Amino acid sequence: MTAPALETRGLCKAFGSFVATNAVDLRIAAGSRHAVIGPNGAGKTTLVNLLSGLFRPTSGTVHIDGQDVTRLGQHERVRRGLTRTFQINRLFADMTVLESVAMAVAERQGLGRRFWKPLASYGAVMDEAAQLIEGLRIADAAHSRTRDLAYGKQRIIEIALALASRPRILLLDEPAAGIPTRESRELFATLADFSADTTILLIEHDMDLVFRFADRVSVLVGGALLVEDTPARVASHPLVKEVYLGTAQHV
Amino acid sequence: MTGVVSPMAAPAALRGAGAWKPAELLFWTLPVIGWFAFPENLPLLTQIAITALFALSLDLVLGVAGMVTLGHAAFFGVGAYAAGMLPAYLGIGDPLLGLVAAAAAAALAGALTSPLMLRGSGLSQLMVSVGINAMLYEAANKATEVTGGVDGLPGVENTPLFGMWSFDLYGRTAYVYAVVVLLLLFWMARRVVRSPFGVSLRGIRLNAARMPALGVPVNRRLAVVWTLAAAYAGVAGALLTQTTQFVSINVLGFDRSAEVLLILILGGAGHLYGALVGAVAYMSIHHLLADIDPEFWQFWIGLIFIVVVLFARDGALGAAARIRDLIRNLILGRGASR
Ligand SMILES: Nc1ncnc2c1ncn2[C@@H]1O[C@H](COP(=O)(O)OP(=O)(O)O)[C@@H](O)[C@H]1O
Ligand SMILES: [Mg+2]
Repeated sequence: MTAPALETRGLCKAFGSFVATNAVDLRIAAGSRHAVIGPNGAGKTTLVNLLSGLFRPTSGTVHIDGQDVTRLGQHERVRRGLTRTFQINRLFADMTVLESVAMAVAERQGLGRRFWKPLASYGAVMDEAAQLIEGLRIADAAHSRTRDLAYGKQRIIEIALALASRPRILLLDEPAAGIPTRESRELFATLADFSADTTILLIEHDMDLVFRFADRVSVLVGGALLVEDTPARVASHPLVKEVYLGTAQHV
Repeated sequence: MTGVVSPMAAPAALRGAGAWKPAELLFWTLPVIGWFAFPENLPLLTQIAITALFALSLDLVLGVAGMVTLGHAAFFGVGAYAAGMLPAYLGIGDPLLGLVAAAAAAALAGALTSPLMLRGSGLSQLMVSVGINAMLYEAANKATEVTGGVDGLPGVENTPLFGMWSFDLYGRTAYVYAVVVLLLLFWMARRVVRSPFGVSLRGIRLNAARMPALGVPVNRRLAVVWTLAAAYAGVAGALLTQTTQFVSINVLGFDRSAEVLLILILGGAGHLYGALVGAVAYMSIHHLLADIDPEFWQFWIGLIFIVVVLFARDGALGAAARIRDLIRNLILGRGASR
């Protein structure tokens, strides 16, 4: 059996005496689309922060393709093919869309230390950035400053920046948060096109989207994994109904 | 190239990326105009060019990369002393060798201090920079045998530039020398900020928390630009030494650190030209006010700073850009602004 694309072993994170992540053992097979659901405050974002290297775990380990990356920083994990998006946009307000995506593409192409020729003169970078922007259907905004765009567009740039690093493993923290249902359907359709052979870990509240998009679902409650199964079986699981779906209506 | 974005995007971006705009070329006629208009005042104009280079150095770290420093004179001073000691102790009077030595010494100081600057951000960075500056000042003050302490380091004699142009009494050689060095280093800085490296520095200033998630080793990038800016400041210090043939301990003064920060804010941070405009404006105002009102000129300078910060937050350049947009909109007759 080959190693899972992404794996955690006994992963714990405590903030003071509060345990936000509690002995999480997660295995995500290469190529799968794995959703993590759970009520607000369950520790989903904390899990993404631990996986991406933003947080150091209190104990336990994180593995990419079987290799222990627990001690690696965020940028080193990106080099290993793991990229994330943020639940709350982290964008470059004063840059144009093309500029910020081109910056991200240049980093992936390993050009970030080049200090002499203008970024815009790297044809391969600019072409790839332009293609990504078109693919995400925001070409009309390419030359707008990020701060001038509507929230829905900004949300797509959040994803474009992550896709620019051509991740093998992509962590999406509520990518459709705050955008209307119809737009989020489109967003997920585009995402599916773009990341056909990408391993995806998706945090999402909309159960319809989860059922449509994911092939595995884990339920996180109080920092611990409760159940992991196919979307259909998770939905009908009595414990899940009680703990999560029962409260989901109010979230 | 494919699709909707690239055909228009790439060429436009390419044009905007490297080419010098007419306004920039116009700006660089100023030193020539200065030469003919104020032949009696070349030493002052030389000081302006040196200060502009120093402010440009600060803009690289503060305006472009967003590192907060109030101790930038540390590197100016290291460069100034390096350029002074070379002729004074080793008898090496070649000015260009002096610049290289000053850049190297200041870059070394920058590389050594960068880990301290990267420990924190914002106010703690500010404190660290002030601390570095203060320690170097006191070190220079104590080491009187080498630096001359408060009496300064005299006897800085430079050989003629390229063996041809000696530093004359009217400061003509000094002026041309300082302006050419400024232009060269400005040209390099201009390339650097447009490069992938430079754009990543802007990215760090705009959202340092996102950059690691794009694969960027943020601290390494900042250490590099800190070292580069230190070298720039060192060259500015060396120019002061070489054009005044003396090193005063004031090169390391905290006043100088505060002044250059004010100059950059006055001109507008982050666009490189703000540093130059700020230096020209500040030094001219300073000179005029000191003539008109020798006792109270600091009062008027203070008033000007308050007005700038309150009414033109992004400095002279920002104000100029807004006026330009306003005029453009009036002419075009529509409300569209950038
Ligand atoms: N940096 C932090 N410091 C302290 N507590 C935190 C921090 N990050 C998250 N928490 C806490 O951990 C819990 C889980 O948060 P989070 O992972 O954001 O939940 P979710 O994304 O599932 O809504 C919350 O109670 C939150 O207050
Ligand atoms: Mg969350």
